[in-house]
Amino acid sequence: MADGGRNLRHGYALIAPTLAVVGLTLAAPLALLLVASLKSQSGIGFEAGWTLSQYGDVLGRESYRILFGRSVLVAAAVTLVTVALAYPMAYFVAFHARRKFLWLILLTIPFWTSYLLRVFAWKIILGYGGVINSGLLGLGLIDQPLSFLLYNPFSVVVTLAHAWAAFAILPIYVSLEKIDRSLLEAASDLGDGKLRRFLRITLPLSMPGVIGAAILIFVPTTGDFVTPELVGGPAGAMIANIIEMQFTQVGNWPLGAALALVSMMMVAVIAGLFVAAARAATKAVR
Amino acid sequence: MKNRTLLVYACFYLAFLYLPVLVLPLFSFNNSAFIAFPLTGFTTRWYGALADSALQQALVNSLRVGIAAALLSTLLGLLAAKAVTRYRLKGRNAALGLISLPLFIPDIVLGISLLLLVGTMGLPLSLVAVMLGHLLICVPFSLAVLIARFEGFDRNLEEASADLGEDGWMTFWRVTCPLMLPGIVASLLLTFITSFDEFLVAYFLSGTEATLPVYIWSQLRFPARLPMVLALGTIILAVSVVLVVLAEKLRNQGVKKPMVGA
Repeated sequence: MADGGRNLRHGYALIAPTLAVVGLTLAAPLALLLVASLKSQSGIGFEAGWTLSQYGDVLGRESYRILFGRSVLVAAAVTLVTVALAYPMAYFVAFHARRKFLWLILLTIPFWTSYLLRVFAWKIILGYGGVINSGLLGLGLIDQPLSFLLYNPFSVVVTLAHAWAAFAILPIYVSLEKIDRSLLEAASDLGDGKLRRFLRITLPLSMPGVIGAAILIFVPTTGDFVTPELVGGPAGAMIANIIEMQFTQVGNWPLGAALALVSMMMVAVIAGLFVAAARAATKAVR
Repeated sequence: MKNRTLLVYACFYLAFLYLPVLVLPLFSFNNSAFIAFPLTGFTTRWYGALADSALQQALVNSLRVGIAAALLSTLLGLLAAKAVTRYRLKGRNAALGLISLPLFIPDIVLGISLLLLVGTMGLPLSLVAVMLGHLLICVPFSLAVLIARFEGFDRNLEEASADLGEDGWMTFWRVTCPLMLPGIVASLLLTFITSFDEFLVAYFLSGTEATLPVYIWSQLRFPARLPMVLALGTIILAVSVVLVVLAEKLRNQGVKKPMVGA
């Protein structure tokens, strides 16, 4: 009865405001971003004509290629580490924890502090006079504070694996929780060992959660300039740092726009390929 | 056997999650301007330093943006969730895809493209622009929470209401809304906290009206201000814990007894 023509119009009317708001606040700015990327900066405005020179710059300069490459590698490493660390945790809560609600609360509390301060906290932990160095010095294991802990891609990966943990735990937990337990019993009854059962039933059925988590982490990580700036040092700088600079100190908006669009496309392509590959792999296993 | 290994792992994982977070309160009570070991003594003076007018203005700004973004995104999420769960819309997946699209765009791109829009239209940078950006980020979350809630209760209740003569809007307000309340509250809290903690978009769009994360970022450059920032972080942590526990309780209530009539 809700499917009649008049009622269907109700449905469209209901969703229209949301589509309009999201569409306009998304489409108009992105169109302008494209326009800006085809201009060149003159003073505080843009030159009148159109040019592809920004894209030539973005794709041609080696320093940008290094930053693009590092951003993708760091984001991929963060995604992999975060998901790999979170999976057993989510598995434990879904299948073995007695008080799931308590565990979920415990796991989400650290996540709800200020993102900036969670990142900053790692500077305190990994820093020269930080928690790890003080601890090792106190135990007499080292004579000099270790300086290689901070300001490199490694510290960026550790910090972000912590900052995004909840985004991995929750989707994976939800997909594990949804698995029909009788499927697991059936697999055991038919002679599958624990490992085989996990690989053939549990892991494939939890892949939607893993894929969701990976996207939720990979996308924002590539656009983060806070973490590289606080704990990355010069060797840990990422493409977002350069984009941010074009819109603040440097004041070259067209170049910033082109860098942003290229990295957005790159993220979309990689994320799309990943989802397709993960789905194909899941199908192949089953 | 395996359970035990997993439990040990879970404890280590919790330690990894909590270690950095506990560093904040620890140093916020440390009687030294330097954030380093050894600790030098107990003080509450960093909490006294929070009586700062710029900080309080930033807090007010963040609260205003957060409340507006939470209300609007929950309203938009509610309408859209009702539409996709109760009607067989053509292009349902395309609509859901569009609304979820911001999840696939790095926040920095949302921030700078809105900055371009505001600049092109000759508008001043303002909290309204920040709120619009946060709306884009929050609506997908609202929609996900509310769709789950709509799917969780019995459709027959709405049909019964219609059969008894209520029109669409009365049914929505008198049947759907009360049943949706746990989902609505969860959506409000989730989106509020998301907006309240959002930095990248606010950084580009807030102009002179700094939100709390933008204020914190500006303070991180001055070593002398750091203990005060940690005190602020400790307070945010304490308040967030209360909010999250409330939200989880409500959400769980909704999950446990969704079938009022089924």
